[in-house]
Amino acid sequence: MRHIISILMENEAGALSRVAGLFSARGYNIESLTVAPTEDESLSRMTLVTNGTDEVIEQITKQLNKLIDVVKLMDMHEGPHIEREMMLIKVRAMGPAREEVKRLSDIFRGRIIDVTETMFTIEVTGTSSKLDAFVEAIAEADIIEVVRSGVTGIARGEKALRV
Amino acid sequence: MCPNMRAFFLVFCVAGTREIKQVELTGADIFVRCLAEQGVEHLFGYPGGAVLPIYDALYQQDKVQHVLVRHEQAATHAADGYARSTGKPGVVLVTSGPGATNAVTGIATAYMDSIPLVVFTGQVPTALIGNDAFQEVDSVGITRPCVKHNFLVKDVKDLATTIKKAFYVATTGRPGPVVVDIPKDVSVARAEYHYPKRITMRSYNPVSKGHPRQIKKAVDLMLTAKRPIIYTGGGVILSNASRALTELTRLLEFPITNTLMGLGAYPATDRQFLGMLGMHGTYEANMGMHNCDVLIAIGARFDDRVTGNVEKFCPTAKIIHVDIDPASISKNVKVDVPIVGPVDQVLKEMIKVFKESEAKPDAAALKAWWKQIEEWRGMDCLKYDRDSERIKPQHVLETLYKVTKGDAFVTSDVGQHQMWAAQFYKFDKPNRWINSGGLGTMGFGLPAAMGVQFAHPGEQVACVTGEGSIQMCIQELSTCRQYGLPLKIINLNNGYLGMVRQWQQFFYDGRYAMSYMESLPDFVKLAEAYGHVGMQITRPEDVEPALKKAFKMKDKLVFMDFLTDPAENVYPMIPAGAGQNEMILV
Repeated sequence: MRHIISILMENEAGALSRVAGLFSARGYNIESLTVAPTEDESLSRMTLVTNGTDEVIEQITKQLNKLIDVVKLMDMHEGPHIEREMMLIKVRAMGPAREEVKRLSDIFRGRIIDVTETMFTIEVTGTSSKLDAFVEAIAEADIIEVVRSGVTGIARGEKALRV
Repeated sequence: MCPNMRAFFLVFCVAGTREIKQVELTGADIFVRCLAEQGVEHLFGYPGGAVLPIYDALYQQDKVQHVLVRHEQAATHAADGYARSTGKPGVVLVTSGPGATNAVTGIATAYMDSIPLVVFTGQVPTALIGNDAFQEVDSVGITRPCVKHNFLVKDVKDLATTIKKAFYVATTGRPGPVVVDIPKDVSVARAEYHYPKRITMRSYNPVSKGHPRQIKKAVDLMLTAKRPIIYTGGGVILSNASRALTELTRLLEFPITNTLMGLGAYPATDRQFLGMLGMHGTYEANMGMHNCDVLIAIGARFDDRVTGNVEKFCPTAKIIHVDIDPASISKNVKVDVPIVGPVDQVLKEMIKVFKESEAKPDAAALKAWWKQIEEWRGMDCLKYDRDSERIKPQHVLETLYKVTKGDAFVTSDVGQHQMWAAQFYKFDKPNRWINSGGLGTMGFGLPAAMGVQFAHPGEQVACVTGEGSIQMCIQELSTCRQYGLPLKIINLNNGYLGMVRQWQQFFYDGRYAMSYMESLPDFVKLAEAYGHVGMQITRPEDVEPALKKAFKMKDKLVFMDFLTDPAENVYPMIPAGAGQNEMILV
């Protein structure tokens, strides 16, 4: 099963490679990984999407917790949560396709953020599956480039991942 | 010159009329002071360009004794042997580049067996990092997968705190090696010296107590057991919990088995001890495991050499698992009652709960269980041909046990001799059996023995090895000479990489690819060339006299080259992938 794991870690050089190294050494999957500093500059927050059986996920969280740089982590699937990913997608849009791409983008609440005579660059935000659906829907058009931010997530309500 | 005189460097900052006095030291002096304050007595190492400032500082003090090895791998193994035999962290200093890479095998060895080491590696100056400078490697990157944690010190102001953190991380929780990479300019730069007495890290808080409810649950389960067995590993020794383990085991009157790493945690000569378990464990230990209804695993990690095929592992057992490391629990085998906590504390709590409880173990069931176990024990699975005309390796180890009265520190290398030592030397005390269990590092034995001897100068230290393993760190005979280490080297020389040969015999139809050791040196002459005593023993009747003679030479290293039966195999054996009840017996 797919899990989103959020990790607060010391904002130290090499912290990212400890996580990446752990995953490759132990043969765990990484679907996506994003990391950036938080409001507390001594901390980075990493969001990692992985998949595996319950046993594997349990090992992953235990092994992550064992890393000295990891301060705290949360498996988002322990409770209700919000997941977001952003995608920038550049498509060739000429002639009648131009209108079609615009329409599709509207349906997915995308925003066209750059326009040339031949190209649209569209920004779409949502869950990973929504972004997948958009890529699929627009496949008819000529996709030039796709950039995805990787998934970020946050727990709903009072629950929070903080020190 | 007084070492501390130079170490104190006074900087006078005159700003207007104010005069600020500040004591500043170089990074190298800070390093030496930190070690002294940390109580480090021995530092195993090898100099080189990037650590010259540190060696210069070491030269001018007398608190920390530096031991010069002949290869950095040996420095880590020696520190490891020191740590395993004392419970204190082993400390290493090597230079950048090849110094660091040579140390990696020893670091990984310590990592696999959770041994506290602090390894300092020199690094090229910070300005050159990343430039492919002379003797530069990414030491932090290379060692990352085989350390508990590592640090690169970029600012001399952080040096003392980082050293404190390194010792703290290495020695607490589940212990392990920590690497501290120190660029040359950091050793030269100056900063105020302050070594923190205590340190806390928000991201690292090892558990200090097992959960009382889980402990109660475990004791309740133990009390219902009809066919219990206690299975303990290196965690008991690391947690210094041997006494508590012995008390609990005797109170319960349960059978107990130790892993290769756990030998000595429970007295091997005691009736309740079933011997080692696992691939080359005893019949009674493995059958006990396979047939038990309650398995009490303590400070052990269900290694594949112990479990055999996990599908077939302890099929009828409810499992209790005590371990300091949550990640060890339910990693290989799913357990019923997990307890995360320091083994010593948890065992003491179990004893307390047990004593307070009204219930007693099921005596009738235990009696029947012991009857069954005695039947298995009656198989005498470690028997061997005692009338052979060739020296049997088992005979050498039994005699070693006899001659040293079971009270020696025994290090070993890796292979058949290691298994025989584990089977035939009965360790009644913890911290006496020093071997590379997890990584299986050939070349470990001799340098580890050096570390043990440094820690225990008056004690008998034997290194059980083979003609293959000993040659992997043979250069350390020179270190032994320099420091007058009176080790006793028991070389079980069968002319083969015995364990490889055994597997080739069993599983590769006797195609002995590269397992034959040709062109062996004359070990007697070799020992003599290094200034030691060499002996060659070829007949069974000479084994005991030779060992006695060697151990009488209290101030000499004696290299005993025993020419043993090349065809001898280690039995019993669970072939890889088989169940614990599927042993090959003699």
